[in-house]
Amino acid sequence: MQKKLLTLTATVALATSAAVAEEVRVYNWSDYIDEALLEKFEAETGIELIYDVFDSNEVLETKMLAGGSGYDVVVPTGTFLQRQIQIGAFQKLDKSKLSNLGNMWDVIEKRTASYDPGNEYSINYMWGTTGIGVNLGKVAEVLGENAPVGSLALIFDPANMEKLSECGVHFLDAPTEMVPAALAYAGMDPDGKDADSMAKAEEVLMAVRPHIQKFHSSEYINALANGDICVAFGWSGDILQARDRAAEAENGVEIAYNAPSEGALMWFDQMAVPVDAPNPEGAHKFLDFIMDAQNMAAASNYVYYANGNKASQEFLVEDVIGDTAIYPDAAALENLYTVTPFPPSEQRTLTRLWTKIKSGT
Amino acid sequence: MRRFALIAVPYIWLLALFLVPFLIVFKISLSDIALARPPYMPQFSWADGVWDFLSQLDLENFTFLASDDLYWKAYLSSLKIALTSTVITLFVAYPIAYGMARAPQEWRPTLMMLVILPFWTSFLIRVYSWMGILSNEGFLNQFLLGIGAISEPLTILNTNSAVYIGIVYTYLPFMILPIYAALDRLDASLIEAAEDLGCSRLQAFWLVTIPLSKNGIIAGSFLVFIPALGEFVIPSLLGGSGTLMIGKVLWEEFFNNRDWPVASAVAVVLLLILIIPIVLFQRNQQKQSEEES
Repeated sequence: MQKKLLTLTATVALATSAAVAEEVRVYNWSDYIDEALLEKFEAETGIELIYDVFDSNEVLETKMLAGGSGYDVVVPTGTFLQRQIQIGAFQKLDKSKLSNLGNMWDVIEKRTASYDPGNEYSINYMWGTTGIGVNLGKVAEVLGENAPVGSLALIFDPANMEKLSECGVHFLDAPTEMVPAALAYAGMDPDGKDADSMAKAEEVLMAVRPHIQKFHSSEYINALANGDICVAFGWSGDILQARDRAAEAENGVEIAYNAPSEGALMWFDQMAVPVDAPNPEGAHKFLDFIMDAQNMAAASNYVYYANGNKASQEFLVEDVIGDTAIYPDAAALENLYTVTPFPPSEQRTLTRLWTKIKSGT
Repeated sequence: MRRFALIAVPYIWLLALFLVPFLIVFKISLSDIALARPPYMPQFSWADGVWDFLSQLDLENFTFLASDDLYWKAYLSSLKIALTSTVITLFVAYPIAYGMARAPQEWRPTLMMLVILPFWTSFLIRVYSWMGILSNEGFLNQFLLGIGAISEPLTILNTNSAVYIGIVYTYLPFMILPIYAALDRLDASLIEAAEDLGCSRLQAFWLVTIPLSKNGIIAGSFLVFIPALGEFVIPSLLGGSGTLMIGKVLWEEFFNNRDWPVASAVAVVLLLILIIPIVLFQRNQQKQSEEES
């Protein structure tokens, strides 16, 4: 039966097109690559690239948990990657097939090793910080010229938020980002997961929740760029993309990104190959293509995120490598913290807290 | 034999597309969360024996649902949103269906086409365009500001009002079509008779037209109410942080908590909430038709 089925599929495949070659299916974050790279990959390797996007780690993780996602390369964030490795969702990379591995940056590899020991399952794609995006004109209008745009007080001090709610504030719909920020504002350990930490985070977030227009993890790029909202707490590169879109549209909107002075979450998005990837061979080719210094530089130049590729740095434009919001200098690096994943029982408390903050129930 | 085959078709359909998926979900709802792929225990295997497998199942997740007020609040809020939008849809749809049924014969296919036409565009794109219409800088606010009807933009997007607008808009054709079908079959001479016997136009409408289109109204209401109750896309795109609906709660259990067993329990309860009124209604209908005959 199996054989018959195989022959049948083979015949169908042959019949539809003799040119149907290899496919690689990549599942990456939205607005996270220069699409010209996708064509370049197809042209160089002759492999057809199917590129899908998501905007939350949760969506990706559910596909990994269910298995049979059909993707060859996926891009979870470090904390999520760690848990997915534990459940056996990924296969070890065959480093002999990754000729560009030498391009990677040891500084970043050392940090990602805390999620993926020995970097056996993943390579770093991009990394960045979570911080505050502001529409400078509107915020100055509402809060005056001396608005604390570089401090978490802007978004966690109810007095500021009450005024900002007039022009619209978006928060990430990601408790694993917002709770550490609330804890950093309260002067506590951002990686705290005990009952006290959760109670404090709840207090901080509940005080400002009436003034938040929406919790969403991708809409804020356009909303900021169009001037629909004036503040977003989001991912560095996304806010910088909003800044650029606004500048291109020449709509008078001026956006700025600041990593909060109280400390900013540093995260790493890692490319990994699912254990049941249909084409692991092609997946490795894609990873190697991405690790090429010029390709990686093109991606960073496009999305305004730093990458974990040392060799790519000479090809980065000044706007990216010279911006401390993207490549923090030594002093700014001091100010960044990382977090660890939530275990299942604490995860339930976290989600319940998040539901309460979002819906008031 | 042939008759048996004929009856078997809908039952096989029901078995394959309703009962089997339901049993799978029900089984997961009795399991425990685990760090595994898929993330629940026990997984069924013949080797361990059926009894051993069954003994690991329990109702823990259902008692958990009862212990947190989030769930019943979300069910109630979904019921309220679904009921309200069904009523609004009915009031919007009835005049449209009535107008269509009273229109000249040669227009009717065109009118019917116009009702169905929105389906040619993807549902998701239509909901997205509502975001463009309702946002603070959107068409509606620009228009109202332009004609001077308002001085400050109205905040509609990301509120419950936007959810109502979205649901009513999306499900309107499902209400129009059954009502139109009922009104179309209505014998016009019955209304004439009512008027001859002294009814005013309004009375004739109330005493003759409405009761005769009752089946269309009921069918349309079910077609709107049932999907609206579990609606996820519309509240998540148009609704705000205060919009509490069971579809979103289910999503969070499944995606954020990775707790498939609790998510399944939520789904099973949702199904029960839907099935009980439908069964009661069916009973009532049957009784009525028996009494009539």
